[in-house]
Amino acid sequence: MNRRETYLDWNATAPLRPEAAAAITAALGHCGNPSSVHRWGRAARRMVEQAREAVAALVGGDPEGVVFVSGGTEANHLALLGGGRERVLVSAVEHSSVLQAVPTAERVVVGADGIVDLVRFEEQLVCDPRPALVSVMLANNETGVIEPVAEIGAIAHRHGALFHCDAVQAAGKIPIDVAEIGADLVSLSAHKLGGPPGIGALIVRGPAELTPMIRGGGQERGRRAGSENLPGIAGFDAAAAAAANGLSGYDRIRELRDGLETSLLATAPEAIVIGAAAPRLPNTTAIALLTISAETQVIALDLDGVMVSAGAACSSGKVGPSHVLEAMGLGAEIAGSTIRVSLGWSTTEADIDHFLMVWTAMYRRIGARGTAARAA
Amino acid sequence: MSASNVALAEWPNTLPIYLDNQSSTPLDPRVLEAMLPYFTEHFGNPHSESHVYGRNAMATIETARGEVARLIGADSREIVFTSGATEANNLALKGAAHFARAHPSAGSKVRDHLIALTTEHKCVLESTVALQREGFTATYLPVEPNGLVDLDRLAAAITDRTLLVSVMAAHNEIGVIQPLAEIGALCRSRGVLFHTDAAQAFGKIPLDVEAMRLDLMSISGHKIYGPKGVGALYIRRRPRVRLLPLIDGGGQERGLRSGTLPTPLCIGLGRAAALAGAEMAEEARRLRELRDRLYANLRRRVPDLQLNGDLDHRLPGNINVSFPRVTASALIQACPSVAMSTGSACTSASVEPSYVLRALGLSDDRANASIRLGLGRFTTAAEADFAVDAIAAAVSRVQNAGGIPTSG
Repeated sequence: MNRRETYLDWNATAPLRPEAAAAITAALGHCGNPSSVHRWGRAARRMVEQAREAVAALVGGDPEGVVFVSGGTEANHLALLGGGRERVLVSAVEHSSVLQAVPTAERVVVGADGIVDLVRFEEQLVCDPRPALVSVMLANNETGVIEPVAEIGAIAHRHGALFHCDAVQAAGKIPIDVAEIGADLVSLSAHKLGGPPGIGALIVRGPAELTPMIRGGGQERGRRAGSENLPGIAGFDAAAAAAANGLSGYDRIRELRDGLETSLLATAPEAIVIGAAAPRLPNTTAIALLTISAETQVIALDLDGVMVSAGAACSSGKVGPSHVLEAMGLGAEIAGSTIRVSLGWSTTEADIDHFLMVWTAMYRRIGARGTAARAA
Repeated sequence: MSASNVALAEWPNTLPIYLDNQSSTPLDPRVLEAMLPYFTEHFGNPHSESHVYGRNAMATIETARGEVARLIGADSREIVFTSGATEANNLALKGAAHFARAHPSAGSKVRDHLIALTTEHKCVLESTVALQREGFTATYLPVEPNGLVDLDRLAAAITDRTLLVSVMAAHNEIGVIQPLAEIGALCRSRGVLFHTDAAQAFGKIPLDVEAMRLDLMSISGHKIYGPKGVGALYIRRRPRVRLLPLIDGGGQERGLRSGTLPTPLCIGLGRAAALAGAEMAEEARRLRELRDRLYANLRRRVPDLQLNGDLDHRLPGNINVSFPRVTASALIQACPSVAMSTGSACTSASVEPSYVLRALGLSDDRANASIRLGLGRFTTAAEADFAVDAIAAAVSRVQNAGGIPTSG
């Protein structure tokens, strides 16, 4: 039986864009090491330098500032550990790779909508005169909530701090201009925007000095050693270019997402859309249905061919509620019953209809009963 | 059409002949075939446990992990995927050192001393130098003129503060294979961790973590006809070797290496390891014959050719030679039909003489006249013969021009 499969977990990873697949296939057949001086090596070097331009262009950066790394997690580590600042402040809703990079970092609180409280952030920043590094993500991976990063960057710079922005989830979904944001360091991941897994970049703006985390042969101008992942870089190149061209398509995705939320709330008015009042990525929705645990929901949806998640993929196997929802002041009950549905450029209305059909059936089977029991 | 597509259309077995297999190897078509579906249709995030795409990806990664483990006699739980051998070497050295500092064993001596050969890969040496800046101490052990370690000297260098010894299994520039079993026995008897950078050796020569008493082993994908951007670190479980991660976050790889695993790259490494294991003996025999023939022919054509590094304890596909009265850079320019290098790719763009060859006792002049030729799985006898002709002719041209390269 050919059962319908609907993939709505794009924030975990996106399918490879056809342009990226072609570039990867070509590069996989190429054997040069970009550091070699012979013809194969020089051709490989050109591929790397060309990719730097496309990746920089996606976020309005300078190609020279692009440091290729193995992914978003490494980019975040390199920014926080290599930034050379003893004092580090991170928002409470950052990705675990930021939170874990400097476990002793000071937490910047967010409001109920998931947005950094700018007044408290500035008070916190000025209360210690040591030069600091501030890390706040552009858009949250679990809720899609977009942070006021330009304001955060301005406050950081006003007080002599470096500003790192984890743009892993935002890149390719909304327009980004690193100059406007004022970020000194920006993290990107290829596989979140339709490139291959295993490649990402840290964009370094201006004179920010970076202490390397992985040392060796002096690749990436001494900022990240190791033979370059040529197919990964070529795939990132093609995906970044395609993502930049595809930004306008997100109007359609926003409509699909909004339609999904409207239909779902019509069926289950008691459901809660997390961060609904805040500016959000056009493709992401996090929905709590208190009567069914998130785990039960994702299993039920998976059995019917709908793939979503209960939060970040890396921590989805762990027990315990999401630190993001907790930081928003949402109780364990909400946190434990929230699923993330994330769309992408190839998501269709039929995908949304499939999700709604399966979700509604699940709701009628398990969730509504819970409501009735509760009401009784 | 981009440069990359042109290169692909011509690759392999076309000019320039690729004799730089220690720098990087072409992807085996069978590896490519195994990887491609995991780039495209099976794209699930392997850490997405909530749905079938994710679980299927992880199941395939676990199979690949088993293939890597099998090739070195390890358990798959002892393999941690990394972005390559450079990261694996950084993780092994810094991870072990940082763990020892964070968790000193009660009552016993502080272990804050590291030993590495002077000929180790830059990423090992840079890691130990970085650790020295953090307060660790390091001994850089000279090698014999043939590139081999002197075991007595190594034994003498180990102190009761020594935490770890790092010795490259097979050398990237001179191909020399170190006596790993002897080093392992020595380290075990002295209670010292033994790490080997096996980027060049894994898949080319038999390696066994039990027989060689290895605690940590760094592995690379693109040196064994697998993909770039992936490698692995073997970490012994019994007795358990503990490391602090370099990259923390989502807690993947049992907390030792966070970040989304690149499914197609892991699968490529697994397939490349399985192929290497199945074909190692036959491939080694063929490459040794080919290498010996190339070396013999080259010696006949270029009098006074000098070999660098031991010939008997050597990777079958590697040769490193010094040419009389030429510089390597002039020779490379004069011989564009052969892709060869002066040494490690990462530093081959620099004009400094190879620190490895200097460590063997070579003069700057001789080190600067040295070329590494790396034969591989796809090198044919005709290519090796052509390369001899091309190199010998180029040597004559450069010598006749008084060491100044002729154009083209």
